[in-house]
Amino acid sequence: MALKIVKGSIDRMFDKNLQDLVRGIRNHKEDEAKYISQCIDEIKQELKQDNIAVKANAVCKLTYLQMLGYDISWAAFNIIEVMSASKFTFKRVGYLAASQCFHEGTDVIMLTTNQIRKDLSSPNQYDTGVALTGLSCFVTPDLARDLANDIMTLMSHTKPYIRKKAVLIMYKVFLKYPESLRPAFPRLKEKLEDPDPGVQSAAVNVICELARRNPKNYLSLAPLFFKLMTSSTNNWVLIKIIKLFGALTPLEPRLGKKLIEPLTNLIHSTSAMSLLYECVNTVIAVLISLSSGMPNHSASIQLCVQKLRILIEDSDQNLKYLGLLAMSKILKTHPKSVQSHKDLILQCLDDKDESIRLRALDLLYGMVSKKNLMEIVKKLMIHVDKAEGTTYRDELLTKIIDICSQANYQYITNFEWYISILVELTRLEGTRHGHLIAAQMLDVAIRVKAIRKFAVSQMAMLLDNAHSIASNTQRNGICEVLYAAAWICGEFSEHLQEPHQTLEAMLRPKVTTLPGHIQAVYVQNMVKLYASILQQKEQSEEKEAAQEITQLMIDRLPQFVQSADLEVQERASCILQLMKYIQKLQTKEVPVAEEVIALFAGELNPVAPKAQKKVPVPEGLDLDAWINEPPSDSDSEDEKPQTIFHDEEQRHSKHRQPEIDEEELARRREARKQEQANNPFYIKSSPSPQKRYQDTPGVEHIPVVQIDLSVPLKVPGIPMSDQYVKLEEERRHKQKLEKDKKKKKQKKEKKGKHRRHNSLHTESDEDIAPAQQVDIITEEMPENALPSDEDDKDPNDPYKALDIDLDKPLADSEKLPVQRHRNAETPKSPEKEEIPVIEKKSKKPKKKEKKHKEKEREKEKKKEKEKEKKGEDLDFWLSAAPPAASTAQSPNESNVNTVMAVPEDYEEPKKEEREDEEDDEEKKSSKHKKKKHKKEKDKKKSKKKKHPSEDEQVEAIQNGALDDEPLPPMSSYCLLAENSFIKMTYDIQGNLQKDSQVTVSVIFENKSDSFLKSMELNVLDSLNAKMSRPEGASVHDGVPVPFQLPPGISNEAQFVFTVQSIIMAQKLKGTLSFIVKNDEGSTHEKLDFKLHFSCTSYLITTPCYSDAFAKLLESGELSMNSIKVDGISISFQHLLAKICFHHHFSVVERVDSCASMYSRSIQGHHVCLLVKKGENSVSVDGKCSDPTLLSNLLDEMKETLAKC
Amino acid sequence: MLQPACDTPPLPPVLLSFLALRSKPEEIQQQIVRETFHLVLKRDDNICNFLEGGSLIGGSDYKLIYRHYATLYFVFCVDSSESELGILDLIQVFVETLDKCFENVCELDLIFHMDKVHYILQEVVMGGMVLETNMNEIVAQIEAQNKLEKSEGGLSAAPARAVSAVKNINLPEIPRNINIGDINIKVPNLSQFV
Repeated sequence: MALKIVKGSIDRMFDKNLQDLVRGIRNHKEDEAKYISQCIDEIKQELKQDNIAVKANAVCKLTYLQMLGYDISWAAFNIIEVMSASKFTFKRVGYLAASQCFHEGTDVIMLTTNQIRKDLSSPNQYDTGVALTGLSCFVTPDLARDLANDIMTLMSHTKPYIRKKAVLIMYKVFLKYPESLRPAFPRLKEKLEDPDPGVQSAAVNVICELARRNPKNYLSLAPLFFKLMTSSTNNWVLIKIIKLFGALTPLEPRLGKKLIEPLTNLIHSTSAMSLLYECVNTVIAVLISLSSGMPNHSASIQLCVQKLRILIEDSDQNLKYLGLLAMSKILKTHPKSVQSHKDLILQCLDDKDESIRLRALDLLYGMVSKKNLMEIVKKLMIHVDKAEGTTYRDELLTKIIDICSQANYQYITNFEWYISILVELTRLEGTRHGHLIAAQMLDVAIRVKAIRKFAVSQMAMLLDNAHSIASNTQRNGICEVLYAAAWICGEFSEHLQEPHQTLEAMLRPKVTTLPGHIQAVYVQNMVKLYASILQQKEQSEEKEAAQEITQLMIDRLPQFVQSADLEVQERASCILQLMKYIQKLQTKEVPVAEEVIALFAGELNPVAPKAQKKVPVPEGLDLDAWINEPPSDSDSEDEKPQTIFHDEEQRHSKHRQPEIDEEELARRREARKQEQANNPFYIKSSPSPQKRYQDTPGVEHIPVVQIDLSVPLKVPGIPMSDQYVKLEEERRHKQKLEKDKKKKKQKKEKKGKHRRHNSLHTESDEDIAPAQQVDIITEEMPENALPSDEDDKDPNDPYKALDIDLDKPLADSEKLPVQRHRNAETPKSPEKEEIPVIEKKSKKPKKKEKKHKEKEREKEKKKEKEKEKKGEDLDFWLSAAPPAASTAQSPNESNVNTVMAVPEDYEEPKKEEREDEEDDEEKKSSKHKKKKHKKEKDKKKSKKKKHPSEDEQVEAIQNGALDDEPLPPMSSYCLLAENSFIKMTYDIQGNLQKDSQVTVSVIFENKSDSFLKSMELNVLDSLNAKMSRPEGASVHDGVPVPFQLPPGISNEAQFVFTVQSIIMAQKLKGTLSFIVKNDEGSTHEKLDFKLHFSCTSYLITTPCYSDAFAKLLESGELSMNSIKVDGISISFQHLLAKICFHHHFSVVERVDSCASMYSRSIQGHHVCLLVKKGENSVSVDGKCSDPTLLSNLLDEMKETLAKC
Repeated sequence: MLQPACDTPPLPPVLLSFLALRSKPEEIQQQIVRETFHLVLKRDDNICNFLEGGSLIGGSDYKLIYRHYATLYFVFCVDSSESELGILDLIQVFVETLDKCFENVCELDLIFHMDKVHYILQEVVMGGMVLETNMNEIVAQIEAQNKLEKSEGGLSAAPARAVSAVKNINLPEIPRNINIGDINIKVPNLSQFV
């Protein structure tokens, strides 16, 4: 028996694994807590063991207990122990526990850094994987900083399993350590084109997540994503990209134009609902961003709305829900197309699913117009009556108020109707939104002067029936409306018909059961009421009545003086004394009304909620400075309030601190906020200007007093809003008739002249004139206050730190921190292989300091330029017509591709380049010794002239012309277009003075026997290239050719074009229109052409000295590219001449069959060439400040050379 | 960003994984679970699977997206960067993966093997972001890791060996498996997402 016990305990101690624990807990339902505490004791024993297996088992159990809500932070150190176990099994347990319970506050977390680093570089991919997974959950800023470099290394791991995890976790690292974003970004971008779909998807995921927060920094990736979108078949990736585009389009409307077509194609073709839905969503985003200028605009909207209707009509509630959600987005910009589906949406209000009903309500909010507001609200009121459950009913109530009050009551034509709706809403039981209704009543009564009379009568009625509002339920928020009612009746008492009756209503004993703040308003406003009655009586010389009313006040006020609420008590006692004083005066027959009225003189104006914040601080006022020196700590502040409470017997305690009440308010407010915060039903509504009463204390603390309901519960005269609907309809009808009459009259008077006006004669919103002379007073703001939304931004947004410009090239200083001392032991340390992006950039440590600095500066400049260029790339990509346009497809597509190639070229100036550079340098320096200076030659527009050389051969080939070898005739003019009448040839020259202008010279040759006149050249501008037109001309106008052409004659005209980005070639379509005049008469003819702006045409022959040339190459800021052309038979001289002539280069130096050449673009790009001739081939190595420009130039050169 | 949780109504949660809220004390986490439960449980099967975010789970940008299988609810809390229908598909992938890994998964599998479920989840979702959606890939990785674990002798094997001597004394074996009627989860054959 004893043995059995011993065995049992040993058994339990060692052998209880997770399954046993779970089973045990399930078997001890009654004393679960006790059982678990027993288990925790066992676990503590197990953790003391040396055996790592036992520890791991214990940690595994702890993880389960943590899930049940037990705090296991005390075992954090043990968890780290298990994490560092050598076996994967245990390690995984440790990391799981850590990922479940470690957070930024866990102090032992810093002990894990080295362990995690070790695991990350483990040869076992699953060790690495488990470490990455764990880290993704508990990464801290410190861990992120220390491990960023290791993780970046893993992004190029051979195993895709590791790569995708490493890519994904980078997002967490960026969040915690924003400095790492820029160094890591190039590699992250690389991963977008990873061969493994999982890695690719992870990269898309991370970039989308980043871009969602700061979209503008990721615009330049749009071409790349566009390519992915059109090529990827992975729906996850597609959804992510499409969502990303949805975030980007608002920033770049042109992107939207490009997207519409592929997206609509996807909408038509996809079978996956999720993809379809996201496409529709993004199309909507696009349509929102394009306010106009889309030809298929309405077609796209129709497509979306139609697809959404299908979703909403689907039996799947999820689709229905999402359909409504998307519909509400369309609504914002294209309300008309949604309004036609009003039936469907009203139908959704009857849905059994609350989420769907709420969505439908949201939609209704945007669908109202002056015309249908009353109808919609009427339907909603029916739903309010039917609704079960206060949450939904409250939601309906707030929606009704939101709908009516939106845009400054824009849609309300009849405020009497609105007031009566509000009054009807007060009959709702158990709503929490009494304060909302109250705020509306106050707002309307203050801001719509014409309605005051009506409002006051209604409010008086409410006060009269206060018992039915206040008594029904205990926790009743609706009594808040009495607050508004009392205030309105008091403030606008001149409109009251029976003020005496209202005053009596306010003085009823039951009022004392209301919450304190409402009573306080009652007390204050009954004086206003009293004052106006008094005035009335005195004017009509009814002295007795006047005295009676004073007596009434004096009789009833003491009930308020006894109030527990300080505010009420104070006001009541003040006023009671005032009344007694007035009574004294009245007995002496002194008229007092004027003086009492004077107490409340002046009108209250509405003030904007932000007004206080906007009051500018006057000069010389320091708000932070002490007015009085702060009291020393010695006189404790706690004592003060006590003494005050001792004074309570004294009625006129003047030194009462207002803070007490404030504190109380604040406390209650806090409590209520807490309650709301913990209430999952509480959905934050959008802030509306009518929220001023939001902070009034809750009504939960109202003392509950049973009120006998001897008073009959009939509510006399409470208005029925329905009757207003009818009235309003009649009124509108009348109005319409009148208008029609007027129009007819106008018609008669003006006859057909205003046909257009008449065709628009539908009953639009604007036609409905409001019933009242509505004067909606806008809210006051202090002078000099600027309206801005800045104060709405949250300065603590964690994503703000990631708002980093990614297009700017990396600076040398931007490196991920590397812990060198640790890695020193391992020869193949990651940073040696992998820091690369940064180290590649840091060049030539041999360079002298001074030079280095200079270069830095230059680099900075260049960076800026490059940045601009980036933007231009995007512009250019965007300016290209949508790919599926027509036959012009191929050039566009190639454009897209080349642009997308840019980032890679540019990011990876490889090592070879450096070597090459050094080679070049050596050559240069050797040549340098010769010190041959070349003379400048202006080649521009002197193509046919040849300057004889003065110097040696180098000089001679300057323009490719050797004296001894005659060159074949060359012309830079090429054919533009030709027909039977006219032939056009053209040449393009850059303009050095204006860096974005090129001049196109066109030679017009009349081939016919007729006279050509009225020639007009027109070009379809692209965003990148525009023709300069005379001032005042529209972009569609052509430019007249300034001459006429008799038969057989040719003449040249020049046209100036403005080009933004010159790094790529492009074509502009154009038309020449002219009139052919001969003996038979004249005909109008047209000739279409394509103007080809090659990159070459942006180059200007610029001479360069060899030392300047060498310096340029040394600077190392140029990117590199090369081509090789085989089968060249012409001599080297000819070759150089061709390059010089056709591509606007000048020879810098020539040695044997090798020459260096130089040119400059109109925007200042340097282009350097090294041309080498082999047996039968020519190789051209080029360097240029812009890689795209270079590659395009070389392509063009290849074409020229291939013709040789 | 998403945070998954998986619950069985009458019992404690089977699986919990918090991300943004991990720094909150355990009581808050439990409260979130309870309230999520409460919200999800009272919903009919034929109403939509989305719940708009309350303040407890992070505000209006967040949504609860859930799926209901027999007695199990799989609830994901996601922000607006995730596609709603995509997440529903992801839950489906997750459940199908569980089904494959446990061979006809039932509620008890999940209850007794919380750790394994976690490991599977970690192959689907990592640090709040979707890691892999291809079920075959997920299953392959899980199996490779299980193999690795087996080769190391497994987690509970070591202590079991330590006491095996004592255990081998002939004593009536306490029934380890308490039979609770297995509730099989019917996994509808929906078209695979990817």
